[in-house]
Amino acid sequence: MIEEVGTTEQGDLVINVGPQHPSTHGVLHLVITLNGETIKKVEPHLGYIHRSIEKMCESLSYRQFIYVTSRMDYLSSHINNHGCALCVEKGMQIEVPARAKVIRVLMDELTRLASHQLWWGAMAMDVGALTPFFHAFRERETINDIMEETCGARLTMNYMVPGGVMADIHPNFQKRVKEFLQFFRTKIDEYDELVTGNIIFCSRMKGIGYLSPESAVSYGCTGPTARGSGISCDIRKLYPYEVYGELQFDEVTVAEGDCFARYMVRMQEMRQSLSIIEQLIDNIPEGEFQAKTKAVLKLPKGEFYSRVETARGEFGVYIISEGATTPYRIKFRSPGFSNLSALDHMARGHKIGDLVAIMGTLDLVIPDIDR
Amino acid sequence: MNKEELKIRLGELFPAAAFEEGGEWTTVTIDAAEWEGFAREIRWAEGLAFDYLFCVTAVDWRTHFTMVYHLTSTLHRHTLVVKVKLDHEQPVIRTVSDIWRTAEFHEREAFDLMGVVFTGHPDLRRLFMTDDWKGWPLRKDYEDPVNMIKL
Repeated sequence: MIEEVGTTEQGDLVINVGPQHPSTHGVLHLVITLNGETIKKVEPHLGYIHRSIEKMCESLSYRQFIYVTSRMDYLSSHINNHGCALCVEKGMQIEVPARAKVIRVLMDELTRLASHQLWWGAMAMDVGALTPFFHAFRERETINDIMEETCGARLTMNYMVPGGVMADIHPNFQKRVKEFLQFFRTKIDEYDELVTGNIIFCSRMKGIGYLSPESAVSYGCTGPTARGSGISCDIRKLYPYEVYGELQFDEVTVAEGDCFARYMVRMQEMRQSLSIIEQLIDNIPEGEFQAKTKAVLKLPKGEFYSRVETARGEFGVYIISEGATTPYRIKFRSPGFSNLSALDHMARGHKIGDLVAIMGTLDLVIPDIDR
Repeated sequence: MNKEELKIRLGELFPAAAFEEGGEWTTVTIDAAEWEGFAREIRWAEGLAFDYLFCVTAVDWRTHFTMVYHLTSTLHRHTLVVKVKLDHEQPVIRTVSDIWRTAEFHEREAFDLMGVVFTGHPDLRRLFMTDDWKGWPLRKDYEDPVNMIKL
């Protein structure tokens, strides 16, 4: 998996990590220049899972293209769908029913929880603790079951459609979510006991992979990666969509800028998501779950941009329409792509073992980067 | 600054800038030759401080290309959309990767998929496609009988 390539003129060692390497969580290929064990340069090579989704979308209708976006950041598929649906609704000026708005936010937050749970397990596994992975997957399974019941799928849900959501929530939904909330409240404390205070874990995370606030903004980092550097960038707070403006929750920022800060942001975000779900689960308004829309959607000529907060950061959808039934050009601004560009900056000067910890706290999802 | 104030301020700084009406954010079109100076000005000028480049898009209009830059100021929370029109035969534009570091990856993506050349870019190589790939996949006239399925 790690294969020696050669040495540079200065006597530095150049090695390949990936594309098939457990710590890259997908097919990411890194070419690393090392002096001894110290990283001098990290060069990501992308495209192993590039499907040219932007090109595919140019020949898909405004209802169809949303399905493809589930395959980008598959851990935030609801939120990706949400961003696309918002963009189409903006163009068509569709008013979404109140019930659909609340269901959407609930689904988004459940997705965020599931994504952070998987991240937590994988992150701990990266730095050598195997048990958390099983804990995380046990809890994540509950969310997947809830999703399966309502959306009919466990990973690529395709539940959000222009105008609302695909189908009404399952009669069991509220009951099961409440059960989950109660169950997970105790588990998240267990997470902290198991990993957060662990001395080995702390010493592998603290002071590693420092990202200054200025660099975070310059590299276009968003989500927990930037918030771990003290940058306020939560789209839910800055540009509220759906019912986020009416909810009580805090934007989590930690100023340290190292791996541990990014870890703490995500841990606290899980608690915030729980609180959002708690506020909404008993207050789902009655009514329609989908607005009445035409069978064939035609966006007027113009440009539309919508942004949502996925588990990884800011996800943007930019549609250029020529008034046809398919978009003329579509651009997805994926959070992972920009976050990854800061990897080289963060890893320089650290040891090769730290690279795994840094990549873990970036929470990379490769299909999201490659698109 | 709100939309109108931004428009007045930019109009004073760059009289040649053309503004687009409508749209969510202030949208300005400038010449490729002016782009570098414009970028430096909006990044550092007091009251503007566009420090966060969140989206870089290349659009193929068949007759020309347009580079679209979406910028936000994390200090003032205003957003600006800058469009630069490029020649279709030879799409060349100055890189801004020295001003916004994130542009390095985004410009490589635009080069890889659209064939837009960024002068002064530190590492302008293919990003997603293999190094020996022929053609620019996101262009409208791109044909690939193997990988593209026409419906």
